[in-house]
Amino acid sequence: MKKLISSVTLLALSLTPFVAAQATPEDDLKALRAYFKKNMPNPDLSDYKNGIYAFNKDARAQWEEIEEFPPYEIDLDKGKELWEKKFKNGKSFADCFGSDLSKIRPKYPYHDEAKDTIVTLEGDINKCLTDNGEKPYKWKKGNIAALSAYIAKAAEGTKITTMPKTEKAIAWYNKGKNFFYAKRGQLNLSCADCHVYSASKWIRGDNLGPAVGHTTHFPVFRSKWGALGTLHRRYGGCNKNIRAKPFKAQSDEYKALEYFEAVMSNGLEINGPGARK
Amino acid sequence: MRRNFRTVQTVFTALTLIGAIGFSATAIAGDKIEEGKKLAFNKKKGNCLACHHIVGGTQPGNIAPPLVGMKGRFPKKSDLRAQIVDPRVKNPDSMMPPFGPHAILTDEEIDSIVEFIYSL
Ligand code: HEC
Ligand code: HEC
Repeated sequence: MKKLISSVTLLALSLTPFVAAQATPEDDLKALRAYFKKNMPNPDLSDYKNGIYAFNKDARAQWEEIEEFPPYEIDLDKGKELWEKKFKNGKSFADCFGSDLSKIRPKYPYHDEAKDTIVTLEGDINKCLTDNGEKPYKWKKGNIAALSAYIAKAAEGTKITTMPKTEKAIAWYNKGKNFFYAKRGQLNLSCADCHVYSASKWIRGDNLGPAVGHTTHFPVFRSKWGALGTLHRRYGGCNKNIRAKPFKAQSDEYKALEYFEAVMSNGLEINGPGARK
Repeated sequence: MRRNFRTVQTVFTALTLIGAIGFSATAIAGDKIEEGKKLAFNKKKGNCLACHHIVGGTQPGNIAPPLVGMKGRFPKKSDLRAQIVDPRVKNPDSMMPPFGPHAILTDEEIDSIVEFIYSL
């Protein structure tokens, strides 16, 4: 009986985003939050910035121990060094981003109306470099993750504000939303299958975290990587796991996905960099 | 000519089996169940444990119903096979992968898994 009920809600909900074609981002946000509040073992929204630790007490305890000597400490130092270093032309990142470090992270990702594209923090880091005649960083790890972590840390406690308003911005949002709910790969799974409908459950040895809050704590130091990595690196990993061809970091597909996930995380506190399994 | 050869071969096989038919049949079924179990637990093959609790498997997920009492759930073995081949027939949004159409498992592999799951 119980199984019947849950499979019906699952069916109805997974169809919602497509049936309600006119749903605004605000509508989607409300519907998803309501779903989590009703179905998850921890309905406290503000804790979702902590990903799986919002549901798993044992993992949380281990993580809190790890955070006493954070594995990304060296990366933060590296990020600071990169931030302060002068380019060959005498300028530095502050000339692109402004000198108030705490105000940078919450601006991203955003929709650039004139260029009709999604601008990410990592995208602007590399744009700043190339605009100043420097070589861009590699997209998924290394310098870009270190600088991104340093910038995120400075904004700790400020809130995600991403919310599309214009027609073009909403089109990008919908592109990300469709990606998120679409089945893909040989295993035929959507992001929502794991991070909405099965959030808090176990998939073999892995405990699934909620999609709400996905963007708050990146970049993340993963023990599996033994290093810090960007959000788009993680997206690629989750695509590969379901035997789907991953898209490139900073491709339109992943930028749209990040935009959608940021909207779903609107109002949550920024707390990057994170540390995960 | 070719067909003749086949007939002879079949008759020959049948004859060699007859002597120990009771024993061989169960042994073959047992092998299939054992093979199916390996395939069901293997992360690169069925990986049914990712979502289902199955007796004898380690680190089962809890996304889907535990696989027990399958003869009761599926009086017809062919219905069980259909569920494994393509769960979308019953539930278009199923999280369970379409093992047949997406060529995750071959027909023979699915046969073995069906024997194993049906023994639960
Ligand atoms: C088969 C299940 C599955 C699918 C499908 C899947 N993921 Fe994941 N994902 C996981 C697991 C397991 C983890 C690690 C546990 C966790 O943090 O949720 C994870 C982690 C993540 C994380 C890091 C969370 C954190 O707090 O550090 C992000 C972001 C993510 N997934 C995004 C996605 C997106 C976007 C998609 C679709 C393109 C997707 N995932 C599809 C299983 C999946
Ligand atoms: C990614 C998750 C996932 C995997 C992997 C998976 N299943 Fe399922 N399975 C489900 C879900 C969810 C259901 C519930 C019905 C539905 O939604 O289709 C289900 C239902 C079933 C049922 C019907 C149970 C019943 O009592 O009605 C059987 C039998 C079954 N699965 C067998 C298997 C076998 C065998 C494998 C591996 C070869 C497997 N499943 C792999 C998710 C999964």
